[in-house]
Amino acid sequence: MEFLDNLGRTFFDVEAMAEVLPHLLQTGLVNTLVLSISATIIGVVVGMVLAVLGISPVRWVRAPARIYTDIFRGLPEILTILLIGQGFYWLSQDLFGPSPYPLGIIALSLISSAYIGEIFRSGIQSVEKGQMEACRALGMSYGRAMALVVVPQGVRRVLPALVNQFISIVKASSLVYFLGLMVGERELFRVGQDAAVLTGNLSPLVLAGIFYLIITVPLTHLVNFIDQRFRTGRRKPTGPTSGLKEVTELEDKKAVGTAS
Amino acid sequence: MSTIDNKTTTAADEVVYEGSSLELEGVTLAYGDVEVVRNVSLKVAPGTTTCVIGPSGSGKSTLLRGINRLHEPKSGDVRVAGRSVLKDKPDELRRRIGMVFQHFNLFPDHTALENVALAPWKVKGQSKAQARQVAEDRLREVGLGERMDHRPRDLSGGQQQRVAIARALAMHPEVMLFDEATSALDPELVKGVLRLMADLCQRGMTMVVVTHEMGFARKVADQVVFMDEGEVVEAGTPDDIFDNPQSDRLRTFLSEVL
Repeated sequence: MEFLDNLGRTFFDVEAMAEVLPHLLQTGLVNTLVLSISATIIGVVVGMVLAVLGISPVRWVRAPARIYTDIFRGLPEILTILLIGQGFYWLSQDLFGPSPYPLGIIALSLISSAYIGEIFRSGIQSVEKGQMEACRALGMSYGRAMALVVVPQGVRRVLPALVNQFISIVKASSLVYFLGLMVGERELFRVGQDAAVLTGNLSPLVLAGIFYLIITVPLTHLVNFIDQRFRTGRRKPTGPTSGLKEVTELEDKKAVGTAS
Repeated sequence: MSTIDNKTTTAADEVVYEGSSLELEGVTLAYGDVEVVRNVSLKVAPGTTTCVIGPSGSGKSTLLRGINRLHEPKSGDVRVAGRSVLKDKPDELRRRIGMVFQHFNLFPDHTALENVALAPWKVKGQSKAQARQVAEDRLREVGLGERMDHRPRDLSGGQQQRVAIARALAMHPEVMLFDEATSALDPELVKGVLRLMADLCQRGMTMVVVTHEMGFARKVADQVVFMDEGEVVEAGTPDDIFDNPQSDRLRTFLSEVL
């Protein structure tokens, strides 16, 4: 019994949770979402550029994309965040003022774009060669065929992987606290952590964790639904058909043609 | 069969095509150092159909891809309407030459109509409405007027291939290339596609058809070309090729497939 009481007091102290809840909602959640969503948007844009460069038939176009990807996928997130966040502070100060927040977003974007670039690349490369060939045979340029036909198909296929990446970014965004955020800039983890230190109780952190789950879990399920929908689309219900009718289709058309 | 004697019943409102002549002169195509098509010369008169037959790996498909430069010829010359096209921009050449593939290669996330309208709209620069109109006309022409809003996966293989033919026709090509267009189809669906191809042939399209359908080659072709090991072994009228083969290779091939 004592064990359970201890457990309840340490992790699920309702009063401690209630106290930190408004702060978690108004500051932590908002900042976590701002950091993650901006890093994802920038990551998608840069990632798409990386993917298209990465599949170029020209080697010197592929190489920079490859190197970029290798670096930011290979480094620990915390290391990239610290190097960018502290290393470019002098530059950021002129541009954005004293807050390390923008640099945090940039660091997260560098990391996410490397991963997203690989996700896009695998999607684009999974599109059958015949699609590009059909486009070229119709007189489309390589770039146009990519933009109109190949890339959209590739992106659809990797939608679930993209959401997984967003989830990774949500979690990685907690590392930005290393840069020393001002009170109003603190994200879920830091808000929970502060409260936990102040009250000597882990419950605020547990609540922060619940918030993370509230963001991430529904997303995973949503994406499966979306994926299903994108893959199959709205289908036109057709009754049973007979291949034997196909020759008549041509003739019916003729009959209509002559009648009109 | 009725594919041929249909000529007289062609409806008055049907499109008549003006195919251009096509000439290959000493065309060689290679993958790296390996020459898969060697020194092929071929003349296809305007509005006629040439069928290319031969065993797998004989270079038929590669030859076809050399014509619209999906595979750039290593040497030799390709002339459309009497003029060499090897100095043209490949994209411009391909607008004049339609191609139909074994596996259709339709765009799966577009409807039949969008599949056909895409190139006239985005490549030829027609207005969206114009392109749509062209697409509707072409789809009706291939007997799919009722199926314009279907996506490829809701169509049978035969219907998909006819959409692919309509897609190529929508660019008003001067020459049509068919790369084993019926090889991926269920047996009962083959006829509809061959029928359509025979139709195009009668209406003046210049066509080069790589095919395993000997019946089609015999009935529809003006010229049959037999390729083996990257070379043209024999070429002639269907009667020459099928009834009076000259080489052992052709005789062996015919005894295998007929």
